[in-house]
Amino acid sequence: MSKAGILQIAGILVLLLALLVLPNYLKYHHQDFMIFLFINILVVVSYRLMTLTGEWSLIHIVMMGVGAYTSALLSKNLGFPVWVSMPMAGVSAGLMAALLCFPLFRMTQFYFLIGSFAVGEAIRLAWIFFVYPFGGSSGVSSIPPPELLGIDFMEPIPYFYLVLSVVTICLVILYRVENSRFGLTLHAVHWKASLAESVGVNTWKYRSLAFIVASLFVGIAGALKIHYLGNVTPHQFGVGTMVFVLIWVIVGGYNTFFGPILGAIVLSVLDESLRDLEEFRPAIYGVILIAAIMFMPKGLESVPSGIRQWFSQRKSPG
Amino acid sequence: MSLLEVQNVSKHFGGLTALHNVTFSVKAGEIRGLIGPNGAGKSTMFKNIAGFYKPTQGDILFEGRSIAGLAPHDISSLGIVRTFQETTLFQELTVFENTLVGCHLQAETNIFSAVLGLDKGKQKRAREKSMEVMEFMGLIERRDQLAAELPLGSQRTLAIATALASGPKLLLMDEPFAGMNPEETKQMMNLTQKVNDFGVTIVLVEHDMKAVMGLCEYITVLNFGTLLAEGSPTEIREDARVVSAYLGGGHRH
Repeated sequence: MSKAGILQIAGILVLLLALLVLPNYLKYHHQDFMIFLFINILVVVSYRLMTLTGEWSLIHIVMMGVGAYTSALLSKNLGFPVWVSMPMAGVSAGLMAALLCFPLFRMTQFYFLIGSFAVGEAIRLAWIFFVYPFGGSSGVSSIPPPELLGIDFMEPIPYFYLVLSVVTICLVILYRVENSRFGLTLHAVHWKASLAESVGVNTWKYRSLAFIVASLFVGIAGALKIHYLGNVTPHQFGVGTMVFVLIWVIVGGYNTFFGPILGAIVLSVLDESLRDLEEFRPAIYGVILIAAIMFMPKGLESVPSGIRQWFSQRKSPG
Repeated sequence: MSLLEVQNVSKHFGGLTALHNVTFSVKAGEIRGLIGPNGAGKSTMFKNIAGFYKPTQGDILFEGRSIAGLAPHDISSLGIVRTFQETTLFQELTVFENTLVGCHLQAETNIFSAVLGLDKGKQKRAREKSMEVMEFMGLIERRDQLAAELPLGSQRTLAIATALASGPKLLLMDEPFAGMNPEETKQMMNLTQKVNDFGVTIVLVEHDMKAVMGLCEYITVLNFGTLLAEGSPTEIREDARVVSAYLGGGHRH
């Protein structure tokens, strides 16, 4: 293994260790914040897999809801242990995505975006309309937490460890997917679909697979969220939330794996520190989005290399 | 037996007839020129063969098997690969990665083996194949350059390399010489000949008459969507109908 590779792995291990220790020194409220931050990181990273094919959807957060509802109903109504219902959440979101591929991927680009929004809203309306089993607009409440060896998962610190481990595993898998042959093919579908087709790539299949895998992981994220909150409502998965995901991804930068993560972290921290300015938050977000698009179209991730470039240009004369 | 047989193919777009009852066949090992004035239906014919369009009538046989109406990726997996009119590449990828995408058919993997690393042997073979193709096409020194940074001639070469990596039996080249200077055209002609000598049958649509006459043993001429003439370069050059079609004096149907 190369030296850089070892350094990278060492860095990640140090980071994980720091994250294991950190919550013990945080206030209750900030422990909560960390839990939701890590869930959101899984949401943006799985969304990035989808965007690799060049298709941006507005249904991602609804697929998170599909996972959330599945896990909630399985564990509450049918008595499944959360350790079973949580993977089932991923499976059901993936299956739902597989079904939706047939209508949705008849469209591409802008039409796909709008189509995905329409289908997503239809699913959300179904949750509101069918009071049994979805509980209408007040949703499902008193969802049981996971149980293991008498650990109290209602407490934020154990739950944070659970989220940290699940999200880390998911991120490793998603990273490997992106850097495999499979990821290369997704890139190819994005950049020149017709050329990819002419060398034998079934573009429909790859768009669908990206959507299914992204939905699977966001379904797990949904389950993680609601077993901590204890309730699930249709309003948690509205288009407003989806817009936040888009802003995180765009501001962070969607050209690399780590861009969306950076976006989610920076904007969530910012959001947290703006709690006192509640009524200005949408405006501040708007300004940030516009500024990001104007001044750093490649996102926050491009800032370090931009600075490096600037310095090296100053050093070398001419 | 012919490698490719186009049988009475017609293509209508609403009321417009782009191709009318066209029949021709291509032997294995040939370099066939498909020429004709603008709007003659050459590109439409290409798209029908490559599966981007479905013929309204007629049939297309490849190695004796009907391929009319199959999806593009199915047709390429049978061994027909096209290159595009404008230089079409994965601009954001390196030369090596471009050819690697070209190896899709032999390197395709499922997501589980990709995550678990079970497809290592397959991916290694794909990388070897890419190296081979780059070597063959003289691109090996540029392997780590981005496709977008290559000069035009090399970009066209790379487009052919990518197509070649997928192991085609029949290569459809759509205007490979467009926009090239005489020197580049000459190099591209040599390269086309080299690919053909390697065992790949080639059909090319081209406006550059010098290149077509130099490369092809046999030429098919389309005009207004119908077959106008077929023959050797000498026959075509002397065919009165072809000359008048190109000079614009031809009668319209």
